[in-house]
Amino acid sequence: MKSKLATLMCGAALAVTGVHAQAADMADSMTIVSWGGAYQKSQINAYAEPYKAEHPDVEVIWDESSNEAVAKLRAMNEAGNITWDLVDVVAADAIRLCDEGLAMEYDPDELLAAGDDGSSASDDFGDLIVSDCFIPQIVYSTTFGYRTDMVGDTPPTNICDVFDLEAYPGKRSLEKRPINNMEWALLCDGVAKEDVYDVLETEEGQAQALAKLDTIKDQVVWWSAGADTPQLLADGEVVMGSTYNGRLFSLIEEQDQPVAMLWDAQVFDLDGWIIPAGLPQDRLARVKDFVKFATDTQRLADQAKYISYGPARKSSAPLVGQHADLGIDMAPHMPTDPNNSKNTFLYNYTWWADYRDDLDAKFQAWLAQ
Amino acid sequence: MTDATNSPSTGPMLSADGTPLKKSLQIALRRQKLRALMLVAPLLLFVLISFIAPIADMLFRSVENDIVSETIPRTVIALEQWDYEDGGASAPGDDVYAALYVDLSEAEEFKTHTRLGSRLNYETTGMSSLLRKTGRGIGRMDTDEYTKQFEALDPTWEDPAAWVAMMQAPGVAEILPETASAWQSWQRIVANKNDVLSEEQPEDFIYTMLYRDLIAQPASAVAAYSGPGAAMLQAADSAVDGFEPISLREQFLDIDKDWADAQIWGTIKAFSSPYTAGYFLSSVDLQLTPAGIEQQPENQQIYMMLFGRTMFMSMVIMGSCILLGYPIAYLLSNLPLRTSNLLLILVLLPFWTSLLVRTSAWKVLLQQQGVINDILVWLGLVADGDRLVMINNQFGTIVAMTHILLPFMILPLYSVMKTIPPSYVRAAKSLGATNWTAFWRVYFPQSVPGIGAGSILVFILSIGYYITPELVGGTTGTFISNRIAYHISSSLNWGLAAALGTILLAVVLVLYWVYDRIVGIDNVSLG
Repeated sequence: MKSKLATLMCGAALAVTGVHAQAADMADSMTIVSWGGAYQKSQINAYAEPYKAEHPDVEVIWDESSNEAVAKLRAMNEAGNITWDLVDVVAADAIRLCDEGLAMEYDPDELLAAGDDGSSASDDFGDLIVSDCFIPQIVYSTTFGYRTDMVGDTPPTNICDVFDLEAYPGKRSLEKRPINNMEWALLCDGVAKEDVYDVLETEEGQAQALAKLDTIKDQVVWWSAGADTPQLLADGEVVMGSTYNGRLFSLIEEQDQPVAMLWDAQVFDLDGWIIPAGLPQDRLARVKDFVKFATDTQRLADQAKYISYGPARKSSAPLVGQHADLGIDMAPHMPTDPNNSKNTFLYNYTWWADYRDDLDAKFQAWLAQ
Repeated sequence: MTDATNSPSTGPMLSADGTPLKKSLQIALRRQKLRALMLVAPLLLFVLISFIAPIADMLFRSVENDIVSETIPRTVIALEQWDYEDGGASAPGDDVYAALYVDLSEAEEFKTHTRLGSRLNYETTGMSSLLRKTGRGIGRMDTDEYTKQFEALDPTWEDPAAWVAMMQAPGVAEILPETASAWQSWQRIVANKNDVLSEEQPEDFIYTMLYRDLIAQPASAVAAYSGPGAAMLQAADSAVDGFEPISLREQFLDIDKDWADAQIWGTIKAFSSPYTAGYFLSSVDLQLTPAGIEQQPENQQIYMMLFGRTMFMSMVIMGSCILLGYPIAYLLSNLPLRTSNLLLILVLLPFWTSLLVRTSAWKVLLQQQGVINDILVWLGLVADGDRLVMINNQFGTIVAMTHILLPFMILPLYSVMKTIPPSYVRAAKSLGATNWTAFWRVYFPQSVPGIGAGSILVFILSIGYYITPELVGGTTGTFISNRIAYHISSSLNWGLAAALGTILLAVVLVLYWVYDRIVGIDNVSLG
């Protein structure tokens, strides 16, 4: 009798652990961190909703902390309690998180789905996997928009028009950091595109870039949030200003403001996912499942229905369709469209990882003068 | 009986139960104190745990620097023998490169070399990619030549079990010091991979250290060893002289020529101690270089200027709060209660509005195409072409912050003024004082404690303000707190942020002390 009971109890215990083990295979909730606003909405529409349709019992919690993700992840890591499962960051931040050991390294061909055209994930994403931890999602660009009603009959066509106060008087808005501004300044001071970073490496080159920026310093409004330039353009506070191309698209097409894009010398940058290092097995399994789904060819192409950022997969480009609400073709609004990308500039991540601290100190000192 | 108690010779005074009175009073007082302490304890603990401890931890980071000595401990010790000489300095010898080789082999497994790179990149530009690059290259050095030569000599060298037996034998650490030290790293690497030590063939760096040990040791020392693997060790010892030596220095230079740069080594040496003054030096525009403490180049000096600006602007904001707040508080305290309550709500209303909304409202008002400029142009006071620049500069910051902090001045002033009896001013006037004399000689001195309290509140709040200057400060209206925020959230240089914060805290405490000496903190009243 006693032994029978023991067997029964053992069996029950086994059954319980069995069920438990199965449930623990994949967590049924995950916290995804993104940038908020229209961008996060495009991710919800293109990735999260279809995923939830397939897995109705999974709860997705969204957090809008991407702009402080690096600091928060570091604090979580020190506290030993990672509450995030998937974080959307720009490539430069991904490199830093990877360096700090805060993001998980992954194998593209194992974690990501192969392209619809049969190419392997590592070929499909190609060079865009700029760090061992970075799962690319979109290509965006930092470029200029200008007020069509404030530039006279000859709208600006060249990046150097930004530095031309005679032809285009008025204020311009630039981001309050050295990245991009230093490159544009050198390009417009006669430095060849391929030499920019070599020149910027030297003290003289840095002084040259700042001297070029000095010529328009009095006429610059410095921005630190992506929404600043669209607002300044809408208010007529500035004639032209730099910001992310998706913000300008929404200003021009969705809000119908008299603004046009100056695609010249747009600086390509990448945004994508990182998985925080040290996730428990069940949560990691869920995140991997989601990432495989959310970065496949169709999903990346779908995102472009909601926002004008280019999908990071080569195989997604032919699938880009029309805007979900406006019904306009999205392809001409992509930074990667041939008409827009006649003259582009590639942001050098590894170079900036080294020079960022140094140049930022110099840039801030210059700003404060 | 009365005589007896009064006489000192009969001992201490006794209470009713026979204990000395003094003692029983002490007990009663102690119990009272204990009860008071117990009542405060929850709050005290809460403040200690959730406020004091995190701040202390954060401030401690301003001197903490153990990342260098923890990540590359052998290199730090080896570098003690090397001196940085400015100008004609040369890179250190092969011993240091060997130490770095082992250290980085382990660090690469634990991915701590990139973390070290970010840390040292704050001091010398280029360290970040140098260490990342070296981490990638460290497993691909030509040192596998040593491994091959040992294996050719005796295939047992391939056997992990033989290695384990030998390295565990007593006395081996004395004969093969560098190998033993590297072996500890190897043990940690294997454990991290969840592998079994006796099944994994050691990596090249172990063979390299073995080679170095055998070259360095006299043959007699190796011959005296008789533990496991003695035969193959002695055979190897007599053969190593014939091995082709591989310069580790050259190997590192193949990965990146910067490893020959004395500046790089000087930086590592200068920041090798577990505590550093480097962050504090950086926050006062100095820098710790291999050659000693130097001034930052002029085009990088910002912090002293920002500290100065923060102080100056906080003073201006405090001053304008006094100027604007005093009349309002005076009016409020002298109006009938019903009207003053209504006005007080108007003072408090901004408190209930989001800080961001209030700041953005100032943007709308002050910008060049904004309400104020539009009105001025409409009135013809300002030409359309040269509208006033009132935002994204110091002026904008001062206006917006004065508005935001004004209630902190009005409220203490109001509560102090409420307690000033109007009869004093009436008495002064009845004795022949003019309105101004009555106010200045009688009323104002009594309201000074309110000004003191308001000033301290406004000044201390504004010195650490960050959102408003960030939004409306442009380039000339930002505070030191904006740099602290940048280093916390963007550059991840928490050490520098902590040092800047510590200095800010110290400045506030010093000012508080000065204020106490001049005005007297007892003269401050919140009502």
